[in-house]
Amino acid sequence: MKVSLFITCLSEMFYPKVGRDVTEILERLGCDVVFPEGQVCCGQPAFNSGYRKEAAKAAKQMIRAFEEADYIVTPSGSCAAMFKEYPKLFADDEEWKVRAEAVAERTYEFTQFIVDVLGVEDVGAEFHAKAVYHTSCHMTRLLGEKEAPFKLLKNVKGLQLLPLKNAYDCCGFGGTFSVKMTAISEQMVDEKISHIEESGADVLIGADNGCLMNIGGRMSRLGKPIKVMHISEVLNHRH
Amino acid sequence: MPMKIGDKPFKERVKDGVQQTFARRAVAAAQDGLRERKLNATERDEALGDWETWRRAGEEIRRHTLENLDYYLEQLSENFAARGGHVFFAETAEEAQQYIQSVIKKKNAKRIVKAKSMVTEEISLNEALEEIGCDVLESDLAEYILQLDDHDRPSHIVVPSLHKTKENIRDIFREKKGYSRSEKPEELAAFAREQLREAFLQADVGITGCNFAVADTGSIVLVTNEGNANMVATLPETFIAVMGMERLVPSWEELDVLVTLLCRSAVGQKITTYVTAITPEANNDGADGPKDFHLVIVDGGRSKALGTEFQPILHCIRCGACVNVCPVYRHIGGHAYGSIYQGPVGAVLSPILGGYEEYGELPYASSLCAACTEACPVRIPLHELLIKHRQRYVAGAGHPPAGEKLAMKAFAVGAASPPLFRLAEKLAPAVTAPLKDGDRIRKGPGPLKPWTDIRDFPAPAKDDFRKWFKAHKKEKEGGE
Repeated sequence: MKVSLFITCLSEMFYPKVGRDVTEILERLGCDVVFPEGQVCCGQPAFNSGYRKEAAKAAKQMIRAFEEADYIVTPSGSCAAMFKEYPKLFADDEEWKVRAEAVAERTYEFTQFIVDVLGVEDVGAEFHAKAVYHTSCHMTRLLGEKEAPFKLLKNVKGLQLLPLKNAYDCCGFGGTFSVKMTAISEQMVDEKISHIEESGADVLIGADNGCLMNIGGRMSRLGKPIKVMHISEVLNHRH
Repeated sequence: MPMKIGDKPFKERVKDGVQQTFARRAVAAAQDGLRERKLNATERDEALGDWETWRRAGEEIRRHTLENLDYYLEQLSENFAARGGHVFFAETAEEAQQYIQSVIKKKNAKRIVKAKSMVTEEISLNEALEEIGCDVLESDLAEYILQLDDHDRPSHIVVPSLHKTKENIRDIFREKKGYSRSEKPEELAAFAREQLREAFLQADVGITGCNFAVADTGSIVLVTNEGNANMVATLPETFIAVMGMERLVPSWEELDVLVTLLCRSAVGQKITTYVTAITPEANNDGADGPKDFHLVIVDGGRSKALGTEFQPILHCIRCGACVNVCPVYRHIGGHAYGSIYQGPVGAVLSPILGGYEEYGELPYASSLCAACTEACPVRIPLHELLIKHRQRYVAGAGHPPAGEKLAMKAFAVGAASPPLFRLAEKLAPAVTAPLKDGDRIRKGPGPLKPWTDIRDFPAPAKDDFRKWFKAHKKEKEGGE
């Protein structure tokens, strides 16, 4: 099965290991991973800030880069949800709308692809830790994927997944919200961190690097000793 | 502007809200409680059937009603008038105020009792009535508390005094009314009841809002728990209902669905203690109940949303479910919104009714987490409407920062050109190298500053994923 990897600009620039983990896991599960060189950013920062035209430019480039793909897989629920938004972005442009729909239909978040398309719930990972999982808002509410990460994490040998209080609350990232409304974002992330600490976990796992950069960045500033990991890193762990 | 709360700029209001640790704890506890109760009465209530089906039915009813608003408004006013009631369409808050003032002046009425109503807050009715020498009494417990507390403003559309603790309330009663009992809710409520009962009997005019008006019978429906609205609507000789022009349903059949959605979503009740329907009865001589009925239908800027991408916000049934799940509201509280409409619904509605100059920042006070959209019982895509506001704001309705506009333009150029985008990615580690402190940036310049004010920022990685990927593929092919 041929899978086109959309690494996301955030992962490519700051967390390239995520790209390597995703590639290795998918290959182990029998996929032929390809990397379309024309990929840029999904356009969400512009779209969410109200810059629709600018977002459409990024979207067109992404559609060009990925329209030949059988499956598009990305290690971010938020960026996957943005791909699903593309048809609405071109509501008044029939040609691009059709192309956008074709891309949107074939887009999956990484864990969603493993569980729903490959039908795998145990990737053979082993990782000894007490952890909480952060359910990112766009992945659960916009993409509608609430189960896949938990199904996969449940089968990680040695991993003790703890409950997280008010897990449904946003961590305060929200893209440009984090820098436009820092005072509010700070309160949100601090409450999230206090719940993570209360859980007794040593590791915070998430499927969206935006949220992890926010929570992790704040924990680093506050000197909290909790380790932050993208879910692909946990699923690629073997001992 | 009547719907406005406070004069400070938004950023300062946020600061004030964040600093009120006591009120914040009250808000967080209330949110957690209300959210749980709502879930128990909706998604988790098997006897109710599929909650999603209910939501879709609600959405469909609201969409149909708003798409045919002129028809149903006419039907409502004809039926209300046919039974002897008086209907007045107010385009503005001032028109509504003037009409109600004139009704009251004609009767030489002095004593007014009111039931909780957001639209009368919106048109500043109390101030307008006090101006002509009326004695206005709020009879809803929470509104009564706010009124006693030197006209404090509501901080939640369903629970107006959500920001007050029972100790606060005890102190207000002590200071203003010589209260001497404890902060126990039962004792506080009993005291308020004694104060209010007398006022109901003496009132000349009763004024209520309107949860739903039923077009085909000309009825006004009030959904309450305290029973005060019944008193307001039945004891005085004159009854005035004030409604936002979108708050109607075609018939009792649709009302049934919407009342179900409202009660369960607002406070997690299957049904409230009282659901009261008032239908004018002109030949009401000798019998109980009012003899003079008025319905004031307020536009107040709502028609600006009609026929636009914002029409869905007029579907709102004011349940507050979006407010109860909003993480921003949780931390800044209701007053920070500067509007009587708070939370996600307030951030969408306030700029429409009050303009971008006053409320242009509210749509940005959201992380777009979509908890509101998920909670809305009539499926209003609230977070999408917030983005649509942002689109209008940057397209000329507001004043976006010049740097942001430039950055977005540059983004578009880079995003349309993969080589350029790639170059920017490649340069990032070198450009940011002087800022690095180990693997992180602790003090960022320019646009990075607000981030690093409170958090560390990861230094751009030196590893090049694309290079790794190419080498990895080559190795794989070589190995096979």
